[in-house]
Amino acid sequence: MSKVPAELKYTKSHEWIRAEADGTLTIGVTDHAQEALGDVVFLELPEAGRNLSAGEACAVIESVKAASDIYAPVAGEVIANNQDVADAPESVNADAYGAWLFKLKPANPDDVGALMDAAGYEAEIAQA
Amino acid sequence: MNTPAKQTPLHAAHIASGARMVDFAGWDMPVNYGSQIEEHHAVRRDAGMFDVSHMLALDLAGPDATSFLRNLLANDVSKLKDAGKALYSCMLNEQGGVIDDLIVYRFSDADYRIVVNAGTADKDVAWMRKRIATIAANVTLQARRDLAMIAVQGPRAIERAQAALPELSTSRGIPSPFSGVRAGDLLIARTGYTGEDGLEIAVPASRVEAMWNALLAAGVKPCGLGARDTLRLEAGMNLYGQDMDDGVSPLNAGLSWTVDLKDPERDFVGRAALDANPGTQRLLGLVLEDKGVLRSHMKVFSAAGEGETTSGSFSPTLEKSVAFARMPLATAAGEEVEVEVRGKRLKARTVKLPFVRNGQILV
Repeated sequence: MSKVPAELKYTKSHEWIRAEADGTLTIGVTDHAQEALGDVVFLELPEAGRNLSAGEACAVIESVKAASDIYAPVAGEVIANNQDVADAPESVNADAYGAWLFKLKPANPDDVGALMDAAGYEAEIAQA
Repeated sequence: MNTPAKQTPLHAAHIASGARMVDFAGWDMPVNYGSQIEEHHAVRRDAGMFDVSHMLALDLAGPDATSFLRNLLANDVSKLKDAGKALYSCMLNEQGGVIDDLIVYRFSDADYRIVVNAGTADKDVAWMRKRIATIAANVTLQARRDLAMIAVQGPRAIERAQAALPELSTSRGIPSPFSGVRAGDLLIARTGYTGEDGLEIAVPASRVEAMWNALLAAGVKPCGLGARDTLRLEAGMNLYGQDMDDGVSPLNAGLSWTVDLKDPERDFVGRAALDANPGTQRLLGLVLEDKGVLRSHMKVFSAAGEGETTSGSFSPTLEKSVAFARMPLATAAGEEVEVEVRGKRLKARTVKLPFVRNGQILV
């Protein structure tokens, strides 16, 4: 069974979102996503300063098997990307919730509340 | 659509080993048992095993078996002198396209075993039966779905298989490279699809799970279709449906070495088309120098013109992305080329295939 931490928010496209105390968002891909992708071998992450609209394809994750897009869960500005994970893509497989990919400053802080919670995401992946 | 996927006799064993299952050519098959890269390395460094029971074994027998195969196949079975010797060949249509690629083992001039791909098995059998009727060959063709097959591959594959399987415990049980021997109701062949030494063992379906478990207990790692694909890619071995198909000439797919034109009297199916249409492309390897991953159907730009990747992935042995590319004949190995990857042009180098053989990087 894939891990779905209760304190995180989720998207249907398998990103996880952690709302930090300072109002920024930390984003990665879920354990379910890394299991489905298989061994991750390459990541292309958005540069800091880039403005994203909600649902915009902003990063690429490639496993041995296939390439997948990663989408911005809400609109906002990229404030950091995780170069350590880009240099060691297998860390996504080892710890999907530790291997964050980028951080966003949301354009509208209220958008975060509208994202799916853990129970909603569990129901979502149970259907698939 | 929606026909239930077929299961091999090892299905329960895969589930017990924690396999992630996927549909492959209508079969529910393991893609990995955890990490595809670890499975890949197990085959390059030690020993891994694959369930290849979805492939179809066929027995061809009868007084016309040799002449029938000399007509059916682009490679020439008459070069198989020793009993049990194997040959890799394409089976072509009249237009010179590849119906399938296959392995044929000769036990005598009247007794052959053929192994064909899973996805093409029905088409292959229909074509062979049609050819038998067309030339009124005195042969019988029997599909052997009663058999299962395990490929044990890697530098320690034979040693571990011998420890696990009493049928292999004598050195007589181990055939020479690219040959098969019958041992009771087993066919033990020194063949594979990984670029490593190893065996492919055909066994009655009722006994295959016990064999799998014995190999598992001897330290042979179960490997899925994911590792099988990266291993064959590194080994420079074509995959049917991806690197060639009914519409592609073997001469344009890096398979000229399997087309035997030496005997001018041998009028095999597709020969006239090949004679009329010499190859216009060559299959080269690509090693990506920039970061990223090559996949199939990417455009390649070389000094001599454009080509296209047919297979691509990440090579666990090279720790770089590699691909096969169908390029103009004038494109040479060792050239710098560009590949269009997700809207960007990345640098790659052309190389002669294979990338890896017997654990050694060759490029």
